[in-house]
Amino acid sequence: MLLLRRLGRNPVALFAAALLALVVGAALFAPWLAPADPYKASMLRRLAPIGTAGFLLGTDELGRDMVSRLMYGGRLSLLMGALPVLFAFVIGTAIGLVAGYVGGFVNSAVMRVLDVFYAFPSVLLAVAVSGALGPGMSNSLIALTLVFVPQVVRVAESVTTQVRRLDYVDAARMSGAGTASILRVHVLGNVIGPVFVYATGLVSVSMILASGLSFLGLGVKPPEPEWGLMLNTLRSAIYINPWVAALPGAMIFVTSMAFNLLADGVRSAMEIRR
Amino acid sequence: MSRLAALAQPPDRGGPAQPLLSVSGLRKRYAIRGGLFGPRRHVHAVDGVSFYVAKGETLGVVGESGCGKSTTARLIARLVAADAGELVFDGEAVAESGGLALREYRRVLQMVFQDSFASLNPRMTVLDAVAYGPTVHGLSRAAARDRAANLLGRVGLGPALFASRRPHELSGGQRQRVNIARALAFEPRLLVLDEAVSALDKSVQAQVLNLLQALKAEHGLTYLFISHDLHVVRYLADRVLVMYLGIVVELGPVEALFAAPRHPYTQALLAATTAGDPARRREHAPLGGDPPDPVDIPNGCRFHDRCPHAEPVCSAQRPAWREAAAGHWVECHLGDPASSHSQV
Amino acid sequence: MALLSVQGLGVRFAGTRSVVALDDVSFDLAPGEVLGLLGESGSGKSVALKSLLRLHDPRATQTTGRIVFEGSDVLAMAPEALRRYRGGTVGMVFQDPGLAFDPVVTIGAQIVEAVRAHEPLDRAAARQRALEMLERVQIPQARRRLDAYPHELSGGMKQRAMIALALACRPRLLLADEPTTALDATVQMQILMLLRTLQREAGLAMIFVTHDIGAAVEVADRIAVMYGGRIVEENTTAALVARPRHPYTAGLLAATVDGAERGRPLTAIEGAPPDLADLPPGCAFAPRCPSVLGNCRVDRPVLVRDGLYDGKHACWWPRSPAT
Repeated sequence: MLLLRRLGRNPVALFAAALLALVVGAALFAPWLAPADPYKASMLRRLAPIGTAGFLLGTDELGRDMVSRLMYGGRLSLLMGALPVLFAFVIGTAIGLVAGYVGGFVNSAVMRVLDVFYAFPSVLLAVAVSGALGPGMSNSLIALTLVFVPQVVRVAESVTTQVRRLDYVDAARMSGAGTASILRVHVLGNVIGPVFVYATGLVSVSMILASGLSFLGLGVKPPEPEWGLMLNTLRSAIYINPWVAALPGAMIFVTSMAFNLLADGVRSAMEIRR
Repeated sequence: MSRLAALAQPPDRGGPAQPLLSVSGLRKRYAIRGGLFGPRRHVHAVDGVSFYVAKGETLGVVGESGCGKSTTARLIARLVAADAGELVFDGEAVAESGGLALREYRRVLQMVFQDSFASLNPRMTVLDAVAYGPTVHGLSRAAARDRAANLLGRVGLGPALFASRRPHELSGGQRQRVNIARALAFEPRLLVLDEAVSALDKSVQAQVLNLLQALKAEHGLTYLFISHDLHVVRYLADRVLVMYLGIVVELGPVEALFAAPRHPYTQALLAATTAGDPARRREHAPLGGDPPDPVDIPNGCRFHDRCPHAEPVCSAQRPAWREAAAGHWVECHLGDPASSHSQV
Repeated sequence: MALLSVQGLGVRFAGTRSVVALDDVSFDLAPGEVLGLLGESGSGKSVALKSLLRLHDPRATQTTGRIVFEGSDVLAMAPEALRRYRGGTVGMVFQDPGLAFDPVVTIGAQIVEAVRAHEPLDRAAARQRALEMLERVQIPQARRRLDAYPHELSGGMKQRAMIALALACRPRLLLADEPTTALDATVQMQILMLLRTLQREAGLAMIFVTHDIGAAVEVADRIAVMYGGRIVEENTTAALVARPRHPYTAGLLAATVDGAERGRPLTAIEGAPPDLADLPPGCAFAPRCPSVLGNCRVDRPVLVRDGLYDGKHACWWPRSPAT
């Protein structure tokens, strides 16, 4: 597709895509690629430095191999990053489409209700909802989705309102088609693009929030590997082996950056369209 | 369901004497968000417009910004709900019980918009865009695509070359042809052309005008042609309607209106057209001031504050809508023997 | 001596597709003369105008040829001289008055800023000059309008204010890029009259870019017709309208709806204006020309002075003036 070709000409986006492919690949094929069992602990080998024989990136505070923990941890972290955004994308686009197309009182009502959620800083909202629901992965997924839905609705509603004003929507109305048909055939296709670009940028935020929730003990529970959780448990080791303690943070950083750069690249590629 | 497949064109109910479209008392105003405590002000976009369009004619609508011609078009197309007023299409009231169903109305009346690019879904191919309408009214996809291909050919865009193109791959003139094809796909009886050629290059405009004339004859269409370009209106229209500040100020046969305009605003509009001849350059601007905002409507005649012939009666009393000559109507105190204006 | 002499001006825009916007454009302008640049979309008329002030991004534009204004080479001007030239010696009026004004600064302040950038006047004197200019362009209640923001003025008033801004530093040349295209007919006529009056009073030279023949005829002494980045014909207004030599000019005049007979099809020019990134070899108009012959598609016609009559045209087979 033309989009991919344009993306291919952007070196930064290509680099980001390659990086992401690496991370996602490692996470996906962890069961086959991981050198050791991520749950196998050994107090003798705890906090081994980077480069130890057999444990390339050292071991954590319970002696578990960091490479394997990071790879398996990537699965949960990426999941917690992507799933809430996916759910928010679907739910948010639906709400935004309807609100933007119908306009008037319905639009105002929906947007004002969402404004209430939007007024909370994301971290606070995530922590509050998560705390209320209790710890656990599914609860944090719900919490994060709730955080992102208002943001996606905002973008979707805004784009829908702009598209709604264009003459081709009026022409479609003049054809006698029903609202559902118009939304499906004419509006949706033109709204999804910008919303998708916005949502891609949210993945990194979601990952960081999820890591934060795990760090606070609200998300993933030990001994599951997850980067945020690993950051928490390695906190005490910072004086003993700072490099190992920083590794999960580095992974979060690298992956978020990659997502952001890719999202930027997608945005530029879509813009040059005219 | 397959009415479209069965009939070539919707039947003519009332016969040639009955107007195809009759508009009465159209009104539309928009509220302005003033301060919290100020009085509610309104933009009186269309403030009581009535006229009819005869079968087979081209009715030209002219006026400047703020006159309400575009809003009137949208009210007629029922894209916007009117505050008041009635639409009667070939003897049947539109969207009223016992009258013409809105869905059927959406087939017999179609519109071509000014912005050829915004009128087309950027993600749809040209063929799909034209074929979409008939499918809504029950035609099968295959038959609709067939009809679309034929129409594209008729408007000068060979389907072999153009069917799979998207709007951004076409020039302005080509896009407008697509829009015309799209409107014709419904086999309408009345086509509203809202500044349809205004955004086109002059050399392309001539092509599209020729196309419109040919199509009108071939399909027995009626046109409502809205434009700010008086030259085009003079060429195309049979009767002309002049709007100012939300109302109709003059309505008459094209030759009579252009040769002897009765309303001072029409006279000014005509005097403001360029002559195209350096020997006949204008020496004075025909009208001072700017086209007003339809927010604070002046008392009496709406034009009195810019009119060179204004007299006290003009600011006191709104003129009567009278027939000054055969089929030539005007709302002005000037020349009205019943008013107290000094010039008759 | 000509006030402005453009010789062989060529402009190429770099990008994913290299676009030749102007190709060997040459014309002269005498002091106090009004030249109309007539053309449709993609003819290069706006590019020509902006090149006169070097308004294009130098990194993306390749300019060749010479622009000589009162003896100085514009394309070789040093930054300080260029700054004085832009706005001081040459003023410009743009198409959309709404876009040319800074929305958060009052009209008066913007004119004052322009004046003080070019002349050593103090604030009060500059404000006085701004007031004079607003009155000269016939803005009612000029004193009040000095402190008005752009959005408080109507389209016609904004355009007058823009003319005031362009003339505030008493330039010798005014460039107008489609100044009336976005305006209503009655307002357009007011602005055209105003431009003519101001130009006559101040002895100002003017280059008026438009796609509307009617507007060009109302204002210009001479008209240069542009097509595909080239000048295809140039003549005095009367001669151009009466005896067009180039088929494109003739086609434009014939396609004007003004004066066309009702019921008869208009004489239209086939096809559409060319894509400047993909110009055909030979004459740019050849694909659409009703009188195209063999060599038209191969050799590019050069702008030559007409032997018998006045004016210049670029056509191998110009129309006979007797038609």
